[in-house]
Amino acid sequence: MNKFTLHTGIAAPLDRANVDTDMIIPKQFLKSIKRSGFGKNLFDELRYLDEGQPDQSCEGRPLNTEFVLNQPRYQGASVLLARENFGCGSSREHAPWALDDYGFRCVIAPSFAEIFYNNCFKNGLLPIVLRDEQLDQLFKETAETEGYQLSIDLERQLVITPSGEEMTFSIDGFRKHCLLNGLDDIGITLQSAADIRAYEEKRRQQAPWLFDAIK
Amino acid sequence: MAGKTLYDKLFDSHLVRTNEDGSSLIYIDRQVLHEVTSPQAFEGLRLAGRKPWRVDANIATPDHNVPTTERSGGVDLIVDPVSKIQVKTLDANCDEFGILEFKMNDHRQGIVHVMAPEQGAILPGSTAVCGDSHTATLGALGALAHGIGTSEVEHVLATQCLITKKMQNMLIRVDGELGLGVTAKDVVLHIIGVIGTAGGTGYAIEFGGDVFRSMSMEGRMTVCNMAIEAGARVGLVAVDQITIDYFEGRPFAPKGEQWDQAVSEWRGLVSDSDAEFDAVVEINAADIEPQVTWGTSPEMVVGISGQVPNPDAEKDAVKVDGINRALKYMGLSADQKITDIQLDRVFIGSCTNSRIEDLRDAAKVVKGRKVAANIIQALVVPGSGLVKTQAEQEGLDKIFIEAGLEWREPGCSMCLAMNPDKLGNGEHCASTSNRNFEGRQGFGGRTHLVSPAMAAAAAVTGHFIDVRELI
Repeated sequence: MNKFTLHTGIAAPLDRANVDTDMIIPKQFLKSIKRSGFGKNLFDELRYLDEGQPDQSCEGRPLNTEFVLNQPRYQGASVLLARENFGCGSSREHAPWALDDYGFRCVIAPSFAEIFYNNCFKNGLLPIVLRDEQLDQLFKETAETEGYQLSIDLERQLVITPSGEEMTFSIDGFRKHCLLNGLDDIGITLQSAADIRAYEEKRRQQAPWLFDAIK
Repeated sequence: MAGKTLYDKLFDSHLVRTNEDGSSLIYIDRQVLHEVTSPQAFEGLRLAGRKPWRVDANIATPDHNVPTTERSGGVDLIVDPVSKIQVKTLDANCDEFGILEFKMNDHRQGIVHVMAPEQGAILPGSTAVCGDSHTATLGALGALAHGIGTSEVEHVLATQCLITKKMQNMLIRVDGELGLGVTAKDVVLHIIGVIGTAGGTGYAIEFGGDVFRSMSMEGRMTVCNMAIEAGARVGLVAVDQITIDYFEGRPFAPKGEQWDQAVSEWRGLVSDSDAEFDAVVEINAADIEPQVTWGTSPEMVVGISGQVPNPDAEKDAVKVDGINRALKYMGLSADQKITDIQLDRVFIGSCTNSRIEDLRDAAKVVKGRKVAANIIQALVVPGSGLVKTQAEQEGLDKIFIEAGLEWREPGCSMCLAMNPDKLGNGEHCASTSNRNFEGRQGFGGRTHLVSPAMAAAAAVTGHFIDVRELI
């Protein structure tokens, strides 16, 4: 997994609530059996005017020029500003894969859907919760200043604006540790293998039917 | 000290360890796998040289991509080459790792959340996961079930555990009696309308009160299925005699002496009378009428006697923007009556509403009637091969076919249109599925979520109508 320590990049504002996972990556692209290559179809139905197909080149497709990521000033953006309940809907990890593959390292919103929020951490993508009024301010400053960049300092848990204003965010200790060090969850959990076996032993006595084989 | 909620009991009985930062490792009794969210997990295992912790704790079936038209020719005849690769990849992975899979043409194949309970593969008091947000469905069985992402699918395969954080407890009580023609689907759509699409975020929701106590297992599964549409990863219904009767004789349910032992443990799977919930929502059953969604989020819902909202009546700027976008996408106008919405297609199916009771409800309405002339297509897609067989034994297939609906093979179908069943651009669909997001059922498609009875009523009249006028 990619490490996340300190990041500075252009902020792009996606000013709508309840952005769902179908919007982030439409279902026809979930047929891939790979983890990569979803970036060109990120927000496909918002970004292009036609219906996208898997394995199709996106060069020459008609662009929705009003969509924020198609505007020249937001090219190369790596920090996405969003509104409440971002990532609601399905559990598809293709959503963070697509954001990551496009080049986003961080999404800032007042709230996230839980499964999406979880999935981000498994892929080195940092979801940050700030208050509504802080988001309002960031949306406003982004609109006012072309090339507006935000810095994210994960160690200190800060979003830093170009004027030096610091906004603190919270994050679970375990998730922070994994992101800072690019650690793989499975490796960490397997260090508790003895605890897992002990649990199984005890539980098997209480509820043996839960250990019947599915075959 | 206050008593425990059902969620607390399920969580505590699966706790392997708690970490210093408050996250927990919980043991997962069963994992259900399908073709869309598992290939990268199996690939991850292979790349890391890891083996599944407990192969026989997993069960798999392809559902999202499978065609629902005649398919006796097998996987090789799936027309879409990318879908075909995905289904074949699941088959190959299950064969390689030795995981039980009901392949496409096995009579037990079906939508994961229909197949797993009907097999008794998910039991009361167990924990279950699946790489699918609608895994919330399984909470209706008195099991703690989480929808997870692909990295977590791999994590559970490798460790039989999930890293999670204990949720808060919410109780949604619906007391009183439901009116004629008001079903489990209407109850849950109404609840989402009340608490909003993020109202349950961070909570495990227990559905309690008279309405759920007298509801069938099928109905309870419909309700828990849509807990995720209210933002909650987990929906639960306490175990009672209805639950226990449902499991008796199921293929993977315990037998003999173990059955008696299991039942006596399952009877304790209820919230203690002195348990404290972090949030309580109370709803009067008599206030619920048949529901229809008008917009592009499940919270955009009204009763059949209502009308499309007017953004001028809303103060919050983000909400006004949401209503305006939804009206534009849906091609509706403010204050339009719900019964004036004309439909193009009807879809009866999905993990929300494709069980036998759902098909009976729909058949009762269409019996002796014909699909309206303006309806291009009306699909009935049973949730599993076993549901299909039972419906055919009851003669439901003939009722649908005589009325002009199509009777299909089991799968997810038009709920998310990964297979060939989809809406055309701009078409309105009365759908018994769970999400009305933009493009969900096809590019530019316009979804209205309803109960099976309401979808059937729409099929025979061509527009929304209060099903109570037809029954």
